[in-house]
Amino acid sequence: MTPGDRALRAASILSLALPLVVLATLVGAAVKAALPRLGWSFLTSFPSRFAEGAGILSALAGSAWLLVLTLAMAVPVGLGAALYLEEYAPPGRLTSLIELNIANLAGVPSIIHGLLGLEIFVRVFGLGRSLLAGAATLALLLLPMVIMTSREALRSVPLSLREASFALGADRWQTIRQVVLPMSMPGILTGVMLSLARAAGETAPLVMIGALTYVAFVPSGPMDAFTALPIQIFNWLSRPQAEFRANAAAAVVVLLVLMLSLNATAIWLRARLEKPVQ
Amino acid sequence: MPRAATPRAATSLADRIVPKILFLCALVSVLATAGIVAVLAIESAALFSSIGLSSFFLDTQWTPLFTDKHYGIWPLAAGTLLTTAIALAVALPLGLFAAIYLSEIASKRARRILKPTLEVLAGIPTVVYGYFALTMITPALQRVVPGLAAFNALSAGITMGMMILPLVASLSDDALFAVPQSLREGAYALGASQRATVFRVVLPTAISGVGAAAILAVSRAIGETMIVAVAAGQQPRLTLDPRVPIETMTAYIVQVSLGDTPSGSLEYRTLFAVGAALFVITLGLNILAQRMRGRLAGRTL
Repeated sequence: MTPGDRALRAASILSLALPLVVLATLVGAAVKAALPRLGWSFLTSFPSRFAEGAGILSALAGSAWLLVLTLAMAVPVGLGAALYLEEYAPPGRLTSLIELNIANLAGVPSIIHGLLGLEIFVRVFGLGRSLLAGAATLALLLLPMVIMTSREALRSVPLSLREASFALGADRWQTIRQVVLPMSMPGILTGVMLSLARAAGETAPLVMIGALTYVAFVPSGPMDAFTALPIQIFNWLSRPQAEFRANAAAAVVVLLVLMLSLNATAIWLRARLEKPVQ
Repeated sequence: MPRAATPRAATSLADRIVPKILFLCALVSVLATAGIVAVLAIESAALFSSIGLSSFFLDTQWTPLFTDKHYGIWPLAAGTLLTTAIALAVALPLGLFAAIYLSEIASKRARRILKPTLEVLAGIPTVVYGYFALTMITPALQRVVPGLAAFNALSAGITMGMMILPLVASLSDDALFAVPQSLREGAYALGASQRATVFRVVLPTAISGVGAAAILAVSRAIGETMIVAVAAGQQPRLTLDPRVPIETMTAYIVQVSLGDTPSGSLEYRTLFAVGAALFVITLGLNILAQRMRGRLAGRTL
C-alpha cells in the first residue's frame, strides 16, 4: 500500500467514524441530562410553569392522535397513487408530469408545507388549529414518501405472478387485491413505518399551523387543539430558564426511543421481505 | 415500466371504476403542489402590491415586526447563506470521504451494517439536533471561539452539517458504487494506486451523481428550520460574522408564526413572500439535482 493509499484510508475511516462518535457522545450526554427527570410522572403529567412538575402527557397524546390521523389520510391516498402509477398509468405526458411532481414535492422544505396548511386547512377550510389540520398538513408532507416506497414494493412483485393470475382468468383488480398487494405488504409496511417515524419528528409544519405549546388536557377528538412531542421540546428549548433544559433532554430521549423503535420495526420488516420470492 | 398485458378487455365493474379512483389519489399530489404555488403567489402578490418589489429587493433592513418597517430580504438571505455555507463546509468533505470508505474500502459486511446506520441517523428529528446545538455544541465552541454569542450561526451551521452528512454520504455512495468494476480493474491493471484509482477514475466517472448529492445538500440546508430556529437567534442582520446571532429565512417564518399574526396583515403576508423565495430557490436546486442524476443514469459505459 502506498503512503497515499494509507492517507486515503485514514481520512475516509475518520470521516465516517467522526460523526458517528460525535452523535453517540451527544446522545449519551442527552440521556445523562435527562436522567433526573425521566420517570413515570414525567410521562403522566401535564406541562407546567414549574419545570420539576412538568410532563409530556398531552404531548404524547397529541403525537399519538396525530400519527393515527396522518396515517389514515396518507396511506390510502399514497398507496392508491402508487397503485395507479405502477399498475394502471398509461405511459405519457400526464403520467410523467405526475411523477415529476411527486419527486419535486418530496424536496419542498417542510416549513413550506406548514404555510400551505396554515392558509388552506386552518383558514380556508376553517379547521382552526386542530389535530385534523395538523394531520392533513403532515399527510401531504408524507405523501411523496409513501408513494415512492409503495411503488418500490409493488415493483418487487415479479411479473410472472401477475401473468399467472391473469392466466387463471382474474382481472386486473382481482390480481392486485389477491396477488400483488399481499406479496408487497411487508415492503409497503416498511415504508409506512419510516413515514411514521418522520411524522413523529416533524416540528416546523406543526409550529406553523399554530399547534399550541401549552396544552393541559388530552385531546378527545380530531377538532381539538393539541401539542406534540417535538413541539413540546421546541417550547422548552425556547425558554430562558435553564431548569427547562432538563425537561427538553428527557423529552428528546423519549422522542429518540420512539423513532428508534419505529425504525427498528421497519428494518425488521425489510429483513422479512428479503426472503426471496420464487 | 414493465407491466403484464391486460388479459382481456376490462369489463368488470371494479376494473372500470378502480383506475379512476386510483387516478384521483395520484392527482392529490399535483393538487398539493398547485395549492402551494397558489398560496405563495397570492399572498406574496398582495404583499408586493402594498410595499413594492423594490423595498423587498433593495432595502438592507428586515424589520416588518417593528414600528419602523423595512422589508429588505437581504439580512435573512445573508443569515441563510451563512448557515448553509458552514453546514456545507462540514457535510461535503466528510460526506464524500465517508462515501469513499463505504464504496471503495469497506468490506461488503461493514457496508451492509454501516449504510443502514447512516440512514437511521438521517432520520433523527431536527428539533433534536437543535437541542444538541443549543445545549452542547454552543457551550463547547464557546471554550475555543472567543466572543461567541449564545445564539450564533457557527454552532447552528456545524450542527446542520452533521445533520446533512448522512444524506451526502449515502447519495454519493450510491453514485460511486454504481461505477462499473471494470473501470477500477483497468486502473489497477495499469499499475495505479487505490488513491489514484479513486480520484482519477471512480470520482470523475461518478461526478454528476456526487454533484447531485451536493446540490441536494444545499437545498436541504436552505430549507432546514428547527436547528436555526433553536440555535441561531432571531436577529436579522446583514453580516457574515458567524459568531453573532442572525436570522435565517426559515427561522423568521417560525418566529412570526409563534406570535398571533392576524391573517391578511402585512406581517402575515411577509411569511408567504419569504416562503415563496425559499420555494423558488429549493425547487430550482432540486430540479438541477434531478437533471444531474438523470444524466448519470442515462449514460452507458
